[in-house]
Amino acid sequence: MNRMVRMATALGLAAVTALSVIGCGSVAGGGKQTLTVFNYSEYLDPDVIDQFTQETGIEIKYEEALTPEDMYTKYKAGAISYDLLCTADYMLKRLIEEGEAQPIDISSFENKDNIGQEYWDFSKAFDPENKYTVPHFWGTIGILYDTTKVHGEIDSWDVLFNGEYAGDIIMQNSIRDSFMITLKYLGYSLNTTDEAEIRAAYEALKAQKPDVEAYLVDEARDEVVAGNAAMAVVYSGEAYLGHQYNENLRYTVPKEGSNLWIDSWMVTKNCKNVEAAQKFLDFLCREDIAQKNFEYIYYSTPNEAVIANLSDEERADESLVPNMDAMQNCEVCVVTDEAATELMNELWKELKAN
Amino acid sequence: MNRRNRELLASPYFIWSIGFTVIPLIVILRYAFTTAGGTFTLENILAIGNAINRKAFLFSLEIALICTLLCVLLAYPLVMVVRRLHISRRAFMLFFLILPMWMNFILRLLAWQMILSSNGILNFILQAIGLKPLDIANTWAAIIIGVVYDYFPFMMLPIFNAIADIEEDVIEAAKDLGAGPLTVFTKVIFPLSIPGLKSGITIVFVPSMTSFVVADILGGGKLQLIGNIIEQEFTRSSNWNLGSGLSVALMVFVFISMAFTIKDDVVREEPELARVEGSDKPDRRERAA
Repeated sequence: MNRMVRMATALGLAAVTALSVIGCGSVAGGGKQTLTVFNYSEYLDPDVIDQFTQETGIEIKYEEALTPEDMYTKYKAGAISYDLLCTADYMLKRLIEEGEAQPIDISSFENKDNIGQEYWDFSKAFDPENKYTVPHFWGTIGILYDTTKVHGEIDSWDVLFNGEYAGDIIMQNSIRDSFMITLKYLGYSLNTTDEAEIRAAYEALKAQKPDVEAYLVDEARDEVVAGNAAMAVVYSGEAYLGHQYNENLRYTVPKEGSNLWIDSWMVTKNCKNVEAAQKFLDFLCREDIAQKNFEYIYYSTPNEAVIANLSDEERADESLVPNMDAMQNCEVCVVTDEAATELMNELWKELKAN
Repeated sequence: MNRRNRELLASPYFIWSIGFTVIPLIVILRYAFTTAGGTFTLENILAIGNAINRKAFLFSLEIALICTLLCVLLAYPLVMVVRRLHISRRAFMLFFLILPMWMNFILRLLAWQMILSSNGILNFILQAIGLKPLDIANTWAAIIIGVVYDYFPFMMLPIFNAIADIEEDVIEAAKDLGAGPLTVFTKVIFPLSIPGLKSGITIVFVPSMTSFVVADILGGGKLQLIGNIIEQEFTRSSNWNLGSGLSVALMVFVFISMAFTIKDDVVREEPELARVEGSDKPDRRERAA
């Protein structure tokens, strides 16, 4: 008897599960418009998606990934047909070059002018005619430092390499980021494919290693917040949060220049409903929506309407609104050269082996 | 329950192993023996011999050996104490030991980072009692602390199971025959705990050798284990062939070292154990093997 009951329960559960799966399918295929959107996790206010569906009736299927590389792999695997995706500059360049992007009519966007002209210009590094991508968030890589632990002005990458703060430095545990800032420090382009320049950067990193307290990623900021290190190489968005936890912290983009990164949206070649996709992108540029996203993520926004709403104090914070003069020497990373990437990967292992 | 039914019970495990062990293993082997272009090569496997990889491999081996040894040395005294406790307190002690495992592994490592960092809890305590602060964070020692902490229960529990199963009569008999506490331990308890010790070593040695997260978080990313190199090949360099080749080389090494323990076990321990443990638990030897 007991066994019968259990069997019945199991069957019942199976039936319910099966029905709910069928249910999902029929809603999606029932003539309603849907868009499959692919983004980093925590990179869009979930309310914004609901609001879009309410206003337009277009359903959003939202998919997330952690890194541009993860995204690329998932996208290429083709198991899910994505309509829109938001990813990093260099990955966008790769996707555009591989013919995965579909041109969009940005001039038709009602809210196009909310995005400042300089951001369209920055985007030209990977989208020369501004016809594939719409900026989402952007920022820089710089130095987050504790004002109580440093002497003099911190305005150069030199402080990481001259031994002055030995044992008090946190570097990014990221091959590309570490090489980029070292190349800028040495006065080279961060997009260089020149072997001698890359090797010179390696030598500088190698000489620096004994002075480095740790190579970290997400914990880099926390170490400075906790007072375990005087400075760390971090992304501007991380720096802003660090400042919230510890008011002695400052963020600076060194004068030699740095990496200026942009995460932008593109419509994939698989997208059948380009009109809906454009509607979604236009919606993201709208002031109230961009404001919501900004308050959810707190990275630098390319939306000037939102920047205009900031307080003076916020606008003075370089980690939130980068200083445009400091952007003069900054570069967008667009290198997709395999030999250079492989060389950096090899040298990184050598660096760690020392 | 007849034999066929009993075999049926193993089918979920069987399906699981096919899907999550055998098939991935075949995929890894395929990658390991081919170039990016798909032609056959041994280069990926032999890459374990180049200077950087060899150094990382030997360092991993060192960490794993030290970790295993420390776990053994810490486990026996604790087991001997817990063994003598009343059954209810014993359960409480074991519960206490397993409790941290309810929390995510990465979170526990981050907690260790907080404890060991230069302005951390450990140094705060040391300074409060007038001692010099230690510089453990982001060093070799921090990695050892991390792996020992993480794998200790996996060493302690099998040893505890083996020792808890020793009949009190056997120990009494040894004492009656004039054995002191040390002799009882070396001649009776320790030999009978060997199956547990062996499973403990297997469970601790292999993962502590292949882990890379501990080195990244507690080692500050400055020390490179073979696991870090394999991770880089897969996640950042997208060189799955080389990553697989190094993994296979590592697997071969692990298989060889494990083959010794298992063979030894079956040949030598079986008759003795069967006698001591009685015939009602025939499956214990299989499990230990």
